[in-house]
Amino acid sequence: MSRPKIARKSTAVDMTAMCDVAFLLLSFFILTAKPKSSENITVETPSSVSSKVAPEKDVTLVSITKDGKVFLSMDNPEVKEEVANQINANNGASLSPADIAAFKKAEFFGTPISQLKSFLQVPADRLKSDLLPGIPAIDTLHNEMVDWMKAIVAAHASTGAKINILLKGDNLAKYPTFKNVITAFKKSEQFKFQMVTNAEGVPEGTDLWRKYMRGETNTAAEE
Amino acid sequence: MAEMDTSGGGGHKKGPGVKKAKKASTRVDLTPMVDLGFLLITFFIFTTTISQPTAMKLFLPKDTDKPEEQNKAKESGALTLLLGKNNNVYYYEGQLAEQGANFQSSTMKKVRDIIINKKRSTPKDDLVIVIKPSEESTYKDVVDILDEMTINDITRYALVDISDVEGQLVKITDTNGGAK
Repeated sequence: MSRPKIARKSTAVDMTAMCDVAFLLLSFFILTAKPKSSENITVETPSSVSSKVAPEKDVTLVSITKDGKVFLSMDNPEVKEEVANQINANNGASLSPADIAAFKKAEFFGTPISQLKSFLQVPADRLKSDLLPGIPAIDTLHNEMVDWMKAIVAAHASTGAKINILLKGDNLAKYPTFKNVITAFKKSEQFKFQMVTNAEGVPEGTDLWRKYMRGETNTAAEE
Repeated sequence: MAEMDTSGGGGHKKGPGVKKAKKASTRVDLTPMVDLGFLLITFFIFTTTISQPTAMKLFLPKDTDKPEEQNKAKESGALTLLLGKNNNVYYYEGQLAEQGANFQSSTMKKVRDIIINKKRSTPKDDLVIVIKPSEESTYKDVVDILDEMTINDITRYALVDISDVEGQLVKITDTNGGAK
């Protein structure tokens, strides 16, 4: 008698399904990845050992470019509207309702308050940090950041939004500008803020490194 | 690879001289495409998580004019770091002596050793580091030095405005070539 026939099966697996999954995931990740925001302001941040991720909601971001210009951006449209009203009332920016609508849409602000009206008419392709004057924060007398911060704090208080101040400075920005911005924070009673940095490893052999090795949490930085 | 021809030899005989028409498989091998897909996924995942910026917290003290509310620092435990041009760091311990006799130069890279030495030689509760950035110092210097405080686990430090005398001293040393 003949041996029973063993059906010869193909060893190849159908890859179509796997390919579908792979590309589905790929398109998902590409679509959910956030495009780099506010590229109009070029800032190269320094690095620090802090591993805390910067907050992303209700953020008031103050950027300092390398030539010492100060820019301001907010993400909450309600707060922005309130800020526009505050600036109108306290600093005489004389913004019309149409201007306030433009203010709400604007990604960032970077002019003296007196030029704010014309700034809101600037076409989007001219909104680059090197073409704009920035918010003046030259010395204690000419520090419009104080006015801005007051308006922002008042706006956050009235809308009930949480205030998260982020400071994003360029490596080459000079200290006096930084100091004036901090002074503005202090004057509006904002003593907590965060500085945006790039993550960096803790150098080996230092006290913080030993702390981490012992498994302690970083209390000094969290306080 | 996706489809192996296993039907070899099983075709019908069409008689002598008739050539067997080769049946080409319409299936395409998708393995390299899957490889590529997953490679791209890995690439995107890595690049998106790495560019996530971190934030360093800083709490400012309230400015107070009343002397009784100000924090007193022991002279023996104080280390003052002055930030100058081009990542130069100058430092002195305690009070600045006349003619700047205890005024020493260093750089941002070597400052960690100075901080560590001071930390080791001072009782924990007395140690205070005073950071005084000059007009010429950059934002990076300030962040770096604040980062040094975290790295070396210094709990008491202060960011203070530079005085005129110190500012002059830093300026002169900077123009004379800075740290040796």
